[in-house]
Amino acid sequence: MSDKITFTLDGKKVSAAPGETIWQVAKRQGTTIPHLCWKDAPGYRADGNCRACMVEIEGERVLAASCVRTPTDGMKVVTQSDRAKKSRRMVIELLMADQPKTKDAHDSQSAFLSWTRAMNVRTSRFPKGNRPKPDVSHSAMAVNLDACIHCNLCVRACREVQVNDVIGMAARGHDAKIVFDFDDPMGNSTCVACGECVQACPTGALMPKTIIDDKGRGGRVADKQVQSVCPYCGVGCQITYNIKKNKKTGRDEIAWVEGAGGRSNENRLCVKGRFGFDYVTSPERLTKPLIRKPGKPKGINIDPANPYTHFREATWDEALKFAARGLKDIRTKHGPKGLAGFGSAKCSNEEAYLFQKLVRTGFGSNNVDHCTRLCHASSVAALMECIGSGAVTAPFMAAKDADVIVVIGANPIENHPVAATYFKQARKRGAELIVMDPRGQALKRHATHMLQFKSGSDVAMLNAIMHVIVEEGLYDKQYIQSHTEGFEKIKKHLKDFSPEKMEAVCGIAAGELRTVARKYATSGRSIIFWGMGVSQSTHGTDNARCLISLVLMTGHTGRPGTGLHPLRGQNNVQGASDAGLIPMVFPDYMKVGNDDLRGRFEKLWQTKLDPDPGLTVVEIIHAIHDDEIHGMYIMGENPAMSDPDANHARDALAKLDHLVVQDIFLTETAMFADVVLPATAWPEKDGSVSNTNRQVQMGRKALDAPGDAKPDWWITVQMAKGLGLKWTYKSPADVFTEMKQAMPSLDNITWQRLENENSVTYPCPAPGHPGEDIVFADRFATDDGLGKFVPANVTPPNEMPDKKFPYILITGRQLEHWHTGAMTRRSYVLDQVQPTPTVQMNTIDIAKFGIEPGDKVKVSTRRGEVKIAVRADNAVSPGTIFIPFAYVEASANELTNPQLDPIGKIPEFKYCAAKVEPLR
Amino acid sequence: MDTFEKRKKTKPVRPGGGNRRKSRAFPKGRQVQPDARGDVQKLLKGRSLARDLLIEHLHLIQDKYGQLSAPHLAALAEHMKLAMAEVYEVATFYHHFDVVREGEDAPAEVTIRVCDSLSCEMAGAKDIIKSLGDKAPKYVRVQHAPCMGLCDKAPAAAVGKNYSGGVSVASLLKAAKNRDIKPAKVKYQSFDAYVKAGGYKVLKNLRKGKQTPDQVIETLQEAGLRGLGGAGFPSGQKWKFVRAAQGPRYMCINGDEGEPGTFKDRLYLETKPHQFLEGMLIGAWGVDASAVYIYLRDEYPHIRDVLLKEIAVLEKKEIIEPGYVHLRRGAGAYICGEESAMIESIEGKRGLPRHRPPYVAGVGVFGRPTLVHNVETVYWMPEILAKGADWFAKQGRDGHKGNRSYSVSGRVKNPGVVLTAAGATAEELIEACGGMLDGHTFKGYLPGGASGGILPASMGNLALDFGQLEKYGAFVGSHAVVILSDKDHMRDVSVNLLKFFEDESCGQCTPCRVGCEKAVKLMGAKKWNTGLLDELSTAMADASICGLGQAAPNPIRSVMKYFKKDVS
Repeated sequence: MSDKITFTLDGKKVSAAPGETIWQVAKRQGTTIPHLCWKDAPGYRADGNCRACMVEIEGERVLAASCVRTPTDGMKVVTQSDRAKKSRRMVIELLMADQPKTKDAHDSQSAFLSWTRAMNVRTSRFPKGNRPKPDVSHSAMAVNLDACIHCNLCVRACREVQVNDVIGMAARGHDAKIVFDFDDPMGNSTCVACGECVQACPTGALMPKTIIDDKGRGGRVADKQVQSVCPYCGVGCQITYNIKKNKKTGRDEIAWVEGAGGRSNENRLCVKGRFGFDYVTSPERLTKPLIRKPGKPKGINIDPANPYTHFREATWDEALKFAARGLKDIRTKHGPKGLAGFGSAKCSNEEAYLFQKLVRTGFGSNNVDHCTRLCHASSVAALMECIGSGAVTAPFMAAKDADVIVVIGANPIENHPVAATYFKQARKRGAELIVMDPRGQALKRHATHMLQFKSGSDVAMLNAIMHVIVEEGLYDKQYIQSHTEGFEKIKKHLKDFSPEKMEAVCGIAAGELRTVARKYATSGRSIIFWGMGVSQSTHGTDNARCLISLVLMTGHTGRPGTGLHPLRGQNNVQGASDAGLIPMVFPDYMKVGNDDLRGRFEKLWQTKLDPDPGLTVVEIIHAIHDDEIHGMYIMGENPAMSDPDANHARDALAKLDHLVVQDIFLTETAMFADVVLPATAWPEKDGSVSNTNRQVQMGRKALDAPGDAKPDWWITVQMAKGLGLKWTYKSPADVFTEMKQAMPSLDNITWQRLENENSVTYPCPAPGHPGEDIVFADRFATDDGLGKFVPANVTPPNEMPDKKFPYILITGRQLEHWHTGAMTRRSYVLDQVQPTPTVQMNTIDIAKFGIEPGDKVKVSTRRGEVKIAVRADNAVSPGTIFIPFAYVEASANELTNPQLDPIGKIPEFKYCAAKVEPLR
Repeated sequence: MDTFEKRKKTKPVRPGGGNRRKSRAFPKGRQVQPDARGDVQKLLKGRSLARDLLIEHLHLIQDKYGQLSAPHLAALAEHMKLAMAEVYEVATFYHHFDVVREGEDAPAEVTIRVCDSLSCEMAGAKDIIKSLGDKAPKYVRVQHAPCMGLCDKAPAAAVGKNYSGGVSVASLLKAAKNRDIKPAKVKYQSFDAYVKAGGYKVLKNLRKGKQTPDQVIETLQEAGLRGLGGAGFPSGQKWKFVRAAQGPRYMCINGDEGEPGTFKDRLYLETKPHQFLEGMLIGAWGVDASAVYIYLRDEYPHIRDVLLKEIAVLEKKEIIEPGYVHLRRGAGAYICGEESAMIESIEGKRGLPRHRPPYVAGVGVFGRPTLVHNVETVYWMPEILAKGADWFAKQGRDGHKGNRSYSVSGRVKNPGVVLTAAGATAEELIEACGGMLDGHTFKGYLPGGASGGILPASMGNLALDFGQLEKYGAFVGSHAVVILSDKDHMRDVSVNLLKFFEDESCGQCTPCRVGCEKAVKLMGAKKWNTGLLDELSTAMADASICGLGQAAPNPIRSVMKYFKKDVS
C-alpha cells in the first residue's frame, strides 16, 4: 500500500501517494480544480456531492469527482477537457440560479462567488426556485439558507469535525434542507455555537453576525489578520484575529475570529474562542489608574461601569508610587511575610515569571500563588510524588491513537470543548469511551460506558477497578518490574476493595466495574484524562494517586495512545506553574527548600532568597484574618469570586491595609483595592503561554490598548522598580531570555522559534524538533526513574449531607462562561446565551418542591446563601445540585467549603452540604 | 463584621450591564418529555438499539401512533443515544414517515395514496386525486405517490396499507370508511408444496458439498444469468468479486422494486416466495455470508407478511439459524433501489447512493464485502442449478441468453408480466398483451421504466435486452415496458417522468437535485429551450453521482430526438 501510484494527469506523468485524490495531486501540480463541497483542511472528509470538480478519466462512461477519486496505476485523467469544463460550469450555473443577487451576497468573499468570478459565470439561464427565509434567532450567527448549495460542509463540520451533532440534512431531493435538530431555529436548538459551520460554509449561508448588516449583506473582509492563541481554556487553540477598523470610532476591532492550524485544535474553536472577544471593547474596561477615595467602604458595592463612586483617577506615576509605597511600608513594619501576591494563569509566561520574581526578590518571601491551587494542585502533587513531573505525559490528541479512553471527573464538552472533539472522534472511529462522573454530562451520549458514581467515592471506585486488574492478573508484570516500585504494597492494599464490596460505596454495579477494569487493562492502548472532579476534593491527591497506579500497573503510558492527562484549566496554568507561580517551588518546580536549587536562583537573581515555602491561596486568606499578612499585590486573579467560602475571602480582602490590584476590569476583587492598575487584555499584548499539552505558544498583539492601559509585564516591572529592584526588561522577549537560563524545560525553545513556528512542545530535544508529545517511554522523572505506587484509602468528603443540609452541592463552570465571568459576561454572545445564574436540579427534586423550572430558590450552606433560578437538568442526580461560579449575583463560592486536601492544599469545590428552599 | 453586613445590603451589579434577559430554565434545545420517553421505552422494550435499526424503530412508532411526533422522535434519539438531527434527517427522508413538529396538525386517521406514475396517470390518476381532494371526509388524507408496482392494474392506490389496483374514487372512499387498511392476504405456494415439488434440494446438496461455489459460478455464467434489477451485471462474476474479498461478508437482497412500470418481483414474491428464498440462500452459501438482509419496499406490506411468516418457517425447519435472515422495511424512497443507497438504508441512514469505487462487492453493508442481488435474479437460481445452465440459456433467442420477465403496462389490453425469451420486441409484447387498447395507436414506448428513455413506435421491432438500446439513447433496465399511444402527449409523458425523478432524487448531488427541478420548470414550456435542456441533460448524465441522475435526462433527450413535434 505504501507504493506510489503513477498515472497521467493532463498528459503529464505524475505520481500519487496512496489515498491521495486526483484533486490533491492536481493541486500539487499547480492546477486548482474548482471545488465547493471539498474543504482542503484537516478533519474534512471529501464528500463529492457538489460536482464542481469533475474530471474526465479515459475509458469511463461518466465524469469523476476529483475530490473523492483516487487514481490507479496507468489511469489517464484530463482535468481541462471541454466536457469536464462544461460540466463544472453547468454545476456552478445551476447553483447560481437560486443564489441571492451578487450585490446582496451574505459573503461577498465566499468561495462560491470566487469560483463564479474565476469561471466567469455571471448569471444563470435557469428559472429560480423557492428559497428559504433567514433565521437570525442565534445571537452569534445568521442562517440564510437562500445561499445554501447543499454542500453539507456544515453537516460535516458539526457532526464529524466537532461532533456536536446539531446540524442535519433533512428531507430529500429539491426539498432537502439544512436543519438544526428538528428544523428548529438555530437559537432554540442544541447548538453550542462552536461556529465550525460558519467557518466551513462556502457561500455565506452561515455567517458571523458581526460582519453582515441587518439585510444580511456582508463579507469576510479584513484589514489585517493576526495569528495568536485563544485566551480561555488550557486547550490553547490557535486563532486568527480578523481586524477591521471601526468606521465610527476609528479604532481597530476584532471583526471575527477563525480557528488557525494549531496542532491542538486543527482550526477548531469553541464558542468562547470564536465569539468571545468583544469584552476587550467593553465600556467597562479600565483605562486609567485608580486610587480609592478616602473613607469609601470596601465590598462588592460598586457598579463596575462606574468606579468613580469609590475611586478617583490617577496618573501612572502617582498610582505606581502609591502602590509601591503601601507595600514597602508593610514590608518595613511587618517584614517580608507580611506581604503576599497572587499572579494569574491568564497572563503570559513572561508575566508569571516576573511576578513570582517580584514577590521573591521584592517582597522577600515565597508567598506567591495563583489559581493552579484551585484547580489541579492535588493532581500535580500526586504526579510529582509518583512520577516526578506535574505535567501531562501525553497530549489530548493522543486520543486519536487510543483504543480505550477514560474521562473521569471532567466535563470536557463544556470546559475543554476542542479537546472533547478528539475524544468524540475517537469514539466515532470505534474506540471505547469510558466516562466516570457523578454528573451525567454531555459526553454521556457518546460513552460506551457511563459510570455515574456517587459524589466523593472516586477512591472506592478506582480501587475496585484496580482490585479486578490485580485479582484477574491483568496487570503488566514486565512493565511493573522494570518501571515501578511498590506494587506488592498496593496489591495487598487492594485486597479489601473488591467491586462487590465497593458497589454500595460508589453506586456502580460490580459487573460494570469488572468490565471496565478488563477493557482498560487489556486494551492495546488506554489513556486517562481527568479534570477538577478528581482534583477539587479533600482527597484529590488520593484520587490522582489511584489514576497513576492504574496506569503504572497496566503499563499504559509512554506509548502513542496511552498516558496520564490532567486537563488543565486556564490557558496558561501550565506555563504559570512552570514559571514558578507556586509558593513551594521556583521556576521548573525547583524546591525552595533545596539549598542547591535555591543557590542557583540566588545566583541568577543576585539576591538572597527565602528558604521557607510560602503560603497557598486559601492559607493566605487565613493569614490575613490571623493578622499575619497585611498587604497584597494581585495580578489578574479574582479571589473574591474564585476562593471557597468567598465571604470569608472577601472579608480578608477588606481587612488588608494595602491592596494593589492589576486587571482589565474592576473585578469583584478590584472593588476591595486601594489602588487599581489598568492592564491590557490578551489581544493587546505579546507573550507566550503553555497549554495543557505542554505546547509553548505565541500570543501576538492585534489591537492597541484602550486609554492608558499597560501590559501586565510592564506594570510589574514598574512595581519592581518602585520596590527598589533594578529591573531593565524592555520586552517579553527579554524576559523569555532570562527564563531560559532559569528553566531547563525551555531548552531548544527560543523566542524566535515561537515567532516563526507559533508553537513548540517541551521537552524539546533539538533546535529543529517540534518537541516531544509523549514522555517517559523509558524512565520517569523521579530520582531513580521508577514510578511509585501510592495506595489510597477511602476518605469521605469533609462535609456530608445531613438533615439540615440534605443536598450535595457541586460547583464548576459552564461552556459560555470563563472562570469568574470577568471576560465572558462582558461578551455579547456569551452573555446572551447564559445571561443569569442558575442552579441545576433534577426534575424529581424540582417536583418535590412543587416548583417550576425557572422559579427561584434559596440555596444555603453553613457559610452563606444565594438566591438563584432553577434550571431543570437531569444531568445531576436527585439529591445533587450544581451551580456555576461565574455569577456575582449568586456567587457559588459563598457556599463552598474551604477545607483543603492535606497535600495539594486544594479546596473541596466539588462537594459540600446544602439546603434548598423555594422562594415564593 | 461590619463590611459583611454592608455587603449584604448592596446588591452586586452584574458585569457588562445592559442585558435583562434571563437564562433558560432548561438546557439548550428541545427536552425529552417524560410521557414520550415512557412510550418509546415501552415500544422498544427488549429490542436492540443498534444504529442500523433506526428506520425499523421509526416504523414501530409510525405504525402505533400514525405519526412521528417531535416528542417521540426526541425520546427515540435519547433512547438510541443518537443526535436529534440524526433521527430527524432520516425520518424526513422517507415518504412513509409523517413527522409532526410541535404545533403542527397530526395527519388524518386514514391516508389514501394514489399512484401518479406514468401508467397510473395514463389511467386517470390525476382525476382521482382531484376528485378525492374534493370529496374526502376529514378523517382521510389524500396524497399522490410514486409507482406502487401495480401498473398492470392501473390506476392503483393504497388505503393505509391496503394496496390495490383498478381503483375508483368510490372504492377508495369505501375502503377508507370501512377502515379496510390492512394489507391484502396472498395465496402462495407454501413451504410444504415447494418442498414437495423438489424445493430446497439444490440448497441442501450445495451445503453438503456436492458442488463447489466455483462450479456454481461456472453454471451461472454458462446460463447467462444477469442482474435482473436492471443493471444486467453477470451474476457469476459478482460472486467472484465478493468471494475475492476478505470476510466477513454479507448478502443483501434488493427487494425495492420501484422503477415505474416494474412489477415482476412482486409477482414472484406473491406466488412462489420459497423459490426466491432458496435462491437467496444459495447466494448466501456462495459467498459464505454471515447474515442476509432482505430490503423490501414498504409498498409491498402483504409480501412482508408472507416473508416474515416463511422466514420463521425456515428457522423452525432449521434451514437457517434464527436471526440469520433480516427482513428490512423500506419507507418509501425510490432511490433505495440503487444498491448503495439501499445499503445505506439498511444501515438505518438516509438513502444516499455512495461513490464508486469502492464497489459494494468490496465495501458494502457495514463496510464489508456484500453480495447484492435483485429478487428475480436469485429466484431463477434454484431452477438453473436443478435443470442446468442450458435450460436457462436456451430460452433466449437471436444470441440473447435466458428468459426475461417483461412488466408490460400502458395502452395494451391485458397488461401484466410477460415471461418470454430475452430479446423480445415491443411489438411482440403488445401482441402478447392482447394488442393495443381499442382506439389507441402505438406511438412509442418506454423500454426500461422511467429511466430507460422513450422510443418511437418505429423502433418497436428492436430486441429488448441489456446493451442493445444504448445506441438509441435508451436501455432496457428492469424490463419495464410502458406502451404509449397517439392519445399520449410526449411533453406530458416526459414531465411526468421528470417530476418523478425530481421527487425521488435523494438531493445529494447538484446536477440531479437542481437539474431535475430546473428541467421540470423548463419542460413546462410549450416550446422547449432545447439548447439549454440539451446542455443540462449532458451535465446531469456526466456529473450525477448515481444512475438516477445520470438517467433522469433520458426522457428529455428521447422526446427531443424522436418526438420533436410534441415540444416545438
